[in-house]
Amino acid sequence: MIPAPALKRLESPADLELLRAQGAPALALRQAEAAPLGEAGEIHVLVCGDTGCRANKCLPTRQALEQSVATHGLAGRVKVVQVGCFGFCRVGPVVVVEPGGTFYCEVRPKDVPEIVLEHIMGGRPVKRLLYAPTPNERGQYETRQHIPFYQRQYRSVLRNCGLIDPENVVEAVGSGRYFALAKALTELTPDQVVDELKQSGLRGRGGAGFPTGKKWEMAKATPGDVKYVICNADEGDPGAFMDRSVLEGDPHAVLEAMTIAGYAIGAQQGYIYVRAEYPLAVQRLQLAIAQARSLGLLGSDILGTGFSFDLDIRLGAGAFVCGEETALIESIEGKRGQPRTKPPFPSTAGLWDKPTLNNNVETYANVGDIILKGADWYRSVGTEKSPGTKVFALAGQIVNTGLVEVPMGTPLREIIFGMGGGVPKGKAFKAAQIGGPSGGCIPTHLLDTPVEFDSLPPLGAMMGSGGLIVMDETSCMVDVAKYFLKFIQDESCGKCPPCRIGTKRMLEILERITQGKGTLADIDDLERLSRGIRAGSLCGLGNSAPNPVLSTLRYFRDEYVAHVVEHRCPAGRCTALTEYRIDPLRCKGCAVCARNCPVDAISGEVKSPFHIDPALCIKCGACSDVCKFDAVIH
Amino acid sequence: MSCSTCQGITANDPRFAQLDAMMEGIKGESGALISVLHKAQQLFGYLPEEVQEHVAESMQIPTSEVYGVVTFYNLFSTEPMGQFPVNVCLGTACYVRGADRVLARLKSELGIELGEVTADGLFSLESCRCIGACSLAPVITIGDEVHGKVTEHDVPRLVAQARQMAAAAQNGAQVATVGAGSDVA
Repeated sequence: MIPAPALKRLESPADLELLRAQGAPALALRQAEAAPLGEAGEIHVLVCGDTGCRANKCLPTRQALEQSVATHGLAGRVKVVQVGCFGFCRVGPVVVVEPGGTFYCEVRPKDVPEIVLEHIMGGRPVKRLLYAPTPNERGQYETRQHIPFYQRQYRSVLRNCGLIDPENVVEAVGSGRYFALAKALTELTPDQVVDELKQSGLRGRGGAGFPTGKKWEMAKATPGDVKYVICNADEGDPGAFMDRSVLEGDPHAVLEAMTIAGYAIGAQQGYIYVRAEYPLAVQRLQLAIAQARSLGLLGSDILGTGFSFDLDIRLGAGAFVCGEETALIESIEGKRGQPRTKPPFPSTAGLWDKPTLNNNVETYANVGDIILKGADWYRSVGTEKSPGTKVFALAGQIVNTGLVEVPMGTPLREIIFGMGGGVPKGKAFKAAQIGGPSGGCIPTHLLDTPVEFDSLPPLGAMMGSGGLIVMDETSCMVDVAKYFLKFIQDESCGKCPPCRIGTKRMLEILERITQGKGTLADIDDLERLSRGIRAGSLCGLGNSAPNPVLSTLRYFRDEYVAHVVEHRCPAGRCTALTEYRIDPLRCKGCAVCARNCPVDAISGEVKSPFHIDPALCIKCGACSDVCKFDAVIH
Repeated sequence: MSCSTCQGITANDPRFAQLDAMMEGIKGESGALISVLHKAQQLFGYLPEEVQEHVAESMQIPTSEVYGVVTFYNLFSTEPMGQFPVNVCLGTACYVRGADRVLARLKSELGIELGEVTADGLFSLESCRCIGACSLAPVITIGDEVHGKVTEHDVPRLVAQARQMAAAAQNGAQVATVGAGSDVA
């Protein structure tokens, strides 16, 4: 970490170039194809250090590496570097040795001596720590380029995540950050900046896909001495974490883009509204802002061009609705986050009733490269109507959980089965929920749909922020719909009765259905209520609240009918409709189920079939999870 | 060490002075209420009436406005929390991977419901909507520590570990090594 006061103010773009020269060699080393030099060469050991890997306990691994490097007297030649997310969270903590890019998975402190002695000192990669989807493939995948998870990705927004130390601004500049700002300030007029963005076809990555250039144009066109630029970093959609990853892995990308936005629309102040649930992202943003200020990349007279712009962070406090732009504005003003009536739109009257531009993190993360490399470059990736890439967060019942960045238009099947590795434990794929609580589910027969902004709405789903939750045969789609309705019900701000009360009634109906007490008329009521809520709510939260219900009804109506007519939950998830018993023919009498039952409902003699007492059973499913012989039936 | 959040708050509580210093620093800044409340909750552990009234008075806004904001946002609590707030992520990814079972096990292990505190003041139980560690679902946090890929079977061990840390802290022992690196198989 470079302490902020040590940074000298950059007075011109030429100074920025000098700073790049300081940062670039380290990055060149980390991107070198193979280890070219002999023993004397410098080595960088990259360790993932974002929230996901910290939950995976990456810190002890990093400490062990630092200690081992010091113990062996390698400190001058070997540098242990904390970087942002590699994206392949399932195999974390990830350690990459550069140059050469040897990719080690699930590295624990006990594995560290071997990496240092064998690889770093001996030049022999440690095969047992390489990525191996099956034990037979051990040693086949030495670098990222070999691993299927990475092969079909196009990392543009995430290009610095897993490459630079996010706490080191010299590395950020070394990677080219702030050169788009320098170009905009010295070579382009505000109109040209807006034009370039419009030409690029960039669309908002926060959900609706509104053309970003148009948004900038509207904010620019509104007259006013005081305008604001906002970054929506309130990534509330459960299951999406790409914005967190960008903020934690490459915060300067966002700072730079917001400053460019300030220049383009004529604003001098920006706010990053970030969720308090992301403490590490907040910390890295604070540091990045302090560094940018001391370098004169934020504040007055940026790079000696006379342009001034500054940024502050505003913390959320746990309200999903604050992802809606007008609710977010209310929250920045320190109020309850309730949406405003539109129009006026924020571009006319937003924060403190001033013209305001609001984009989300991933959108901003695209801006720098568009300004630097041009709209044509940007349009060369993705589709005609949705240019560029999209980051998807893979989670749920999928083998390779993590973040992938792919060109727009990549089929869902490719993302889930190609990169994601499909569904674990040999279970069958059922659906992918895309777009969070506002989105919908995509069933098996639509998996070849190319994912872009306009391909999903006809299917009853939406891109949303790119959270992709995979569900297998054990997920009950009625239960999933109930889950989302519960979420919406909890998070409805209460301003509009259709959203506040309508979702409550829908939730009650879904609760009845999952308890086997529903009727077919209930299903009709769900559809009727959905139409009313959609038409009668002020903001996107209410408008889209019925989506998960409508979408599951569209593709999995048979599951609803099974609950209502047969009082049966086909997936065995709804506990009121499920009974657990042990198949005496399959049970080997190993007693594992009985040991794991939290309520001692299972009894029997070892080596003879066990029995579940239905009166005691709480239907938690623990027995079914631990049984190695699939003898627990439900 | 006694639980700092379980004691009554008097008008001359030194924490008010700390809060005042923070408010003084941002005087004149618009829209600062939420930042002030974050600071207050960090100092007091929760936002009881006395604290809300103090904030209202200092910022010269109605207490009702402060109360309105406090009760709107999930992260603000008007009830004391335990020394180790346990937070179960109920985001979609965690949910489909069985977070509800982890929550059920935590309830039985701690003997409390959501929003309650154990009698010894050690643990409180809350749920949240996604902390963004979805690839390690299900995720829970105990104190500041994030635990990934948690199953209901891990719950007793994680709770015991936190108890150990609390006991060690009480004995004035070094706690830094407990818990680190020992979980997530």
